[in-house]
Amino acid sequence: MAGANKKLPLWAEAGLLPTLNLLAAFLVSGLVIWGLGEDPFLALSLLVDGAFGFQEAIGYTFYYATNFVFTGLAVSVAYHAGLFNIGGEGQAMLGGLGLTLAVFLVGDTSPFLAIGLAILGAAVFGAAWAFIPAWLQAKRGSHIVITTIMFNFIASALLAYLLVGPLQRPGGQMPESADFPAGVGLVHAHDLLAMMGMEFEQSPLNVSALIALACTFAVWFMLTRTRFGYELRVVGKNHSAARFAGIPVARMTIVAMMLSGALAGMMGLNEILGEQLRLIGNFTLGYGFVGIAVAFMGRNHPVGIVLAAILFGALYQGGAELAFEMPNITRDLIVMIQGLVILFAGAMEHLFRDPIERLFMRFRAREAA
Amino acid sequence: MLKKLAFAIVAAFAGSSAGLAADIQPVLLYDVGGKFDKSFNEAAHVGAEKFSTETRISYRDFEPSSETQYEQALKRFARRKADLIVAVGVGYSVAVRNVASQYPDVKFTVIDAIIELPNVQSITFRENEGSFLVGMIAAMKTESNKIGFIGGMDIPLIRRFERGYQQGAEYVNGDITLIENYVGTTPSAWNDPIKASEMARSQYARGADIIFSAAGPSGLGVIQAAKDTGNLSIGVDSNQNHVAPGFVLTSMLKRVDLAVYMAMKEASDGSWQAGHRVMGLEEGGVDYAVDEHNKGMFTDEMKARLEQARAKIISGEIVVGDVAGSNSSH
Repeated sequence: MAGANKKLPLWAEAGLLPTLNLLAAFLVSGLVIWGLGEDPFLALSLLVDGAFGFQEAIGYTFYYATNFVFTGLAVSVAYHAGLFNIGGEGQAMLGGLGLTLAVFLVGDTSPFLAIGLAILGAAVFGAAWAFIPAWLQAKRGSHIVITTIMFNFIASALLAYLLVGPLQRPGGQMPESADFPAGVGLVHAHDLLAMMGMEFEQSPLNVSALIALACTFAVWFMLTRTRFGYELRVVGKNHSAARFAGIPVARMTIVAMMLSGALAGMMGLNEILGEQLRLIGNFTLGYGFVGIAVAFMGRNHPVGIVLAAILFGALYQGGAELAFEMPNITRDLIVMIQGLVILFAGAMEHLFRDPIERLFMRFRAREAA
Repeated sequence: MLKKLAFAIVAAFAGSSAGLAADIQPVLLYDVGGKFDKSFNEAAHVGAEKFSTETRISYRDFEPSSETQYEQALKRFARRKADLIVAVGVGYSVAVRNVASQYPDVKFTVIDAIIELPNVQSITFRENEGSFLVGMIAAMKTESNKIGFIGGMDIPLIRRFERGYQQGAEYVNGDITLIENYVGTTPSAWNDPIKASEMARSQYARGADIIFSAAGPSGLGVIQAAKDTGNLSIGVDSNQNHVAPGFVLTSMLKRVDLAVYMAMKEASDGSWQAGHRVMGLEEGGVDYAVDEHNKGMFTDEMKARLEQARAKIISGEIVVGDVAGSNSSH
């Protein structure tokens, strides 16, 4: 009875709580900005305007959000199977590598084939990079948190080696590959809309955003509408019960991790195949780790993940815009604002949840009386 | 109070009248080292500040937090009709090429890279010539006959510093030993003073008593190690003699400040031209730094030898070796 009562209505769970958390984060950031001698309200309006105020900003916001949808889904799929995949970063790097190799393999003969192979390559390489820690977890009991973290370092070293060695662009000095052959790349949103007769300012937003949405739907469908997804969640809830019910736990662990790795690997579609059109050493920029925050803020529900991803996309884009406009606000302060949002919305969610739950309980008790 | 107010009004008027003249909008983009790195980027900042105080034209600047932001930053300012975008650092080469070909009406100045486009001015330095002189200083000053070099990211551009340094040292003393290390192979090597400091300690332990670091912010770790172990270091890009007075023998000046200042100045008076400009010893683009912190370490004899070598390099009598691909174009 008490347990059932403790549940918050959906609007409070999905609307009120995140809003309160966000407001608290902005309040603390505002105090810091005020302390620096800048106007916090102006800063906030610049941030919001920079994220949603004009078409280009919206394009950038959704472009960043696309990255976070991929990595957030990756974390969430593993989490539903009871696994904490911290290796999204490394899996994304390997995904970018697989994509690049596919492009250089067939890019000169057929750009169209290259794009198809690149999408496949990103997913396969990401999945393969997740396979090793997953196998070690399933068969040898090596803890997935430790192994996936370590695999991030291996991935970054591997990429650095390849990009200052065999894959480095001819005559280049930076760790980046040669440019992709002409015509190999995902269509930009503004080109797509122009084809449909609509004007949209240039931005890096590209079709991988649609691929990300398709993945979101696929993950939702898989988790809630298929037997496989049900089994995966059972494994996540209780290993022993799953084994007793005849679910192959080891195999589920490996498959869940590989799905997770494939999703993380596809992040490269947006960054590499969508915008940069060359492999850059550290193109992942910690998006794999942000995926963890996105997944938990989205309560591990695909729709929640998309919303959380858009929030983080807005913070990234609005934050960059804020740093452009206000010279006093450095790139480090933007990181601090993002950190505060993660802190309040992710780590300290009970700060507001508990009082609000008590408030709702009191209301219900009064209604019942 | 009243005086202050009057002053403010006058200043505002002066500002607005300057604003009436066709002001240009210059933009300065740093590389990932960040604005106040006491080295490369800070030199660029100093140059822009000088331009701004002299002409009363304000400029915008931006510190990208990663290399992937380079292109976004360039595009953003190009789209907002900046007149001149100065991008400092070899990392900008591909990004400037991409954006400059998309925005042919905007002027770009890129430092340390060569981009051949009709709206790009490329400025490169003969770092090997300045390094030759500090190599001579190190060789004249060393007591252990061993000197060290610590590079940031292992790329031809930094190899060029080492090349000149070694040649200069050997010009003074044929059998001097050079110990070299590089912090890394990726751009994060510029921002790792801890690793650089460990490398410096190891070089000092192996007998080197002077280390020249060409490593941006990482070089601060080398200077710290020199201070901790009581040895000498040589700074780079900006004058770093003041960072640890008495422990910085001199600094190899790379006048990024001059390059940025000149680019902005030329853009404001209309004499800006696309193309490639090389700044060596002759043009005052590189030099060694002598100021109140280190002048006691130089004897008149040393100075005379250095000036002699400078004249010989400028006249072409001494040819300082170069490293292929230091300023690659894309």
